[in-house]
Amino acid sequence: MFWNEEIETMPRQDLEELQLKKLQATVKRAFDKIPYYNKRYTEAEVFPEDIETLKDIEKLPFITKDDLRESYPFGLFAVDISEIKELHSSSGTTGKPVVSGYTEKDLDTWAETTARGLTMMGIGEDDILQNTHGYGMFTGGFGVHYGCHKIGAAIIPISTGQTRRQIEIMNDFGATGLIFTPSYGIHIGEVALEDGIDPKDFGIKAIGFGAEGWTEEMRQRVEDIYGCKAYNIYGLTELMGPGVGVECEAQNGLHIAEDIYYPEIIDPKTGKVIGAEKPGELVLTNIEREGMPVIRFRTKDLTKLTYEKCSCGRTHARMSRITGRSDDMLKVKGVAIFPSQIEKALLRIGEVEPHYMIIVTRPGTLDEIEVKVEASQNLFFDGVKEMMAIQNKIGKSIENETGIRVKVTLVEPKTLPRFEGKAKRVIDERNLH
Amino acid sequence: MKIKQLSIFLQNRMGSLSKPLEVLSENDVNIRAMCMADTSEFGILRLVVDNPEKGKEVLEEKNFLVKMTDIIGVEMCDAPGGLTSVLKVIKDNEIDLEYLYAFTHDKVNKAILLLHADDIDNLISVLTENNVKIVSADEVYNL
Repeated sequence: MFWNEEIETMPRQDLEELQLKKLQATVKRAFDKIPYYNKRYTEAEVFPEDIETLKDIEKLPFITKDDLRESYPFGLFAVDISEIKELHSSSGTTGKPVVSGYTEKDLDTWAETTARGLTMMGIGEDDILQNTHGYGMFTGGFGVHYGCHKIGAAIIPISTGQTRRQIEIMNDFGATGLIFTPSYGIHIGEVALEDGIDPKDFGIKAIGFGAEGWTEEMRQRVEDIYGCKAYNIYGLTELMGPGVGVECEAQNGLHIAEDIYYPEIIDPKTGKVIGAEKPGELVLTNIEREGMPVIRFRTKDLTKLTYEKCSCGRTHARMSRITGRSDDMLKVKGVAIFPSQIEKALLRIGEVEPHYMIIVTRPGTLDEIEVKVEASQNLFFDGVKEMMAIQNKIGKSIENETGIRVKVTLVEPKTLPRFEGKAKRVIDERNLH
Repeated sequence: MKIKQLSIFLQNRMGSLSKPLEVLSENDVNIRAMCMADTSEFGILRLVVDNPEKGKEVLEEKNFLVKMTDIIGVEMCDAPGGLTSVLKVIKDNEIDLEYLYAFTHDKVNKAILLLHADDIDNLISVLTENNVKIVSADEVYNL
């Protein structure tokens, strides 16, 4: 099933012509309307008219999350605020969040990408989709919501949490499609099984999942629990939200909506484009965005691309499952965390920077994060009450910084490993990659 | 009059108590009294030793986290009600004790109670006014 067969199965040559036209228009608009791009491109001595082929995109400098942050809140908008219809922002990032602004047309484009994705998964107008992604500044909830409206399926905007109610609604409303993070989906399934309800009896046709790392074993587990196929959805707030890439029934890579997002793979160390079939960092460009065109965004996500035509008939590039990050970002319970945030939170407590270690585990199906902190003269008192208060204070400070509740453990001095050069502060025991 | 107690931070795991004790024994520091405050994850080992400065120094050399805390020792009757009579004075004067521990020694019919409160000077004056005998630090170090 196709939502937009003409575009999705377009011969590559035609697609590339379309991409070039859109890229040229995007670069010109960005250069003319957004001071950031004007300045960066002028400094790099590259101008809109230098984009004569798709490959010429490589002449343009990258944009990073830090650049987006420095333009907080509306510095990268290409239109007047009167034309902006919706604002979103990334979750749990260091310092200022990244804002994403959408015009009416952008919301429609976003809906188009998720509509294509839901159709790929086999969801249509007769279906009822239960969306457990959070509604709010996070793009996960609304992105799926708009796509669902477009294809005409009924959406249940239940958001995350209240697991037993999720199960009850799933059952009573007769949901046929589910959207969740894989770990939350497994959790819902296990709670249902504990209560003597077999999720297979719900008659779910398809599941879409994303927003956190997962393995093939986790997919298998989700599919076993619900008795249907589960499809990977990729997206990021900076570029729009979910729907940048979605798996089709072949489950062999995520189709990037290439007429909307132009993908490249680079070597994260040199910044050089390394082409298809080789692993590297994904770089994305909005070539169909009015409100906030983002050009050559370094996603820091590691993957590879293939341009081979898929068995489903689609010609758009496919990216493989994300296999890691080129920076030290962690995704815990769907929230992005950087070790530097933990560091900042700890610095706020004592005057000196303590040694610490972050340990991420998934004992059951949900993530847990423990922060081990070496006690020091600043962090040691001759009283259990004071020590517990210090642990709590550290926990609160980390929660304020990251939005995530962590377990804080004080350990003896010099018991955490020391590093020469770059410290390895994170032990991820979830084996996601 | 004040006794210098060593407070040592330890993680609550098998064997963590023996390491600091080995360090003290290797350096000829003798323990006079001890108590342990513990939670499921960490503990605070409190020691009175014959040479607190040396004890702190040798422990810190081995990376232990040590705080020197002032406590006081009082002599009480080693008989039923001995502890209660001292605690009554403290309670009647509305002093909030942080912790206490006690031991007996070779002085017949007497025991020593070690006490810590936030305002230790106030504790000393209240006890003195009520004729509770406060033992000198040297007496405890050299038992």
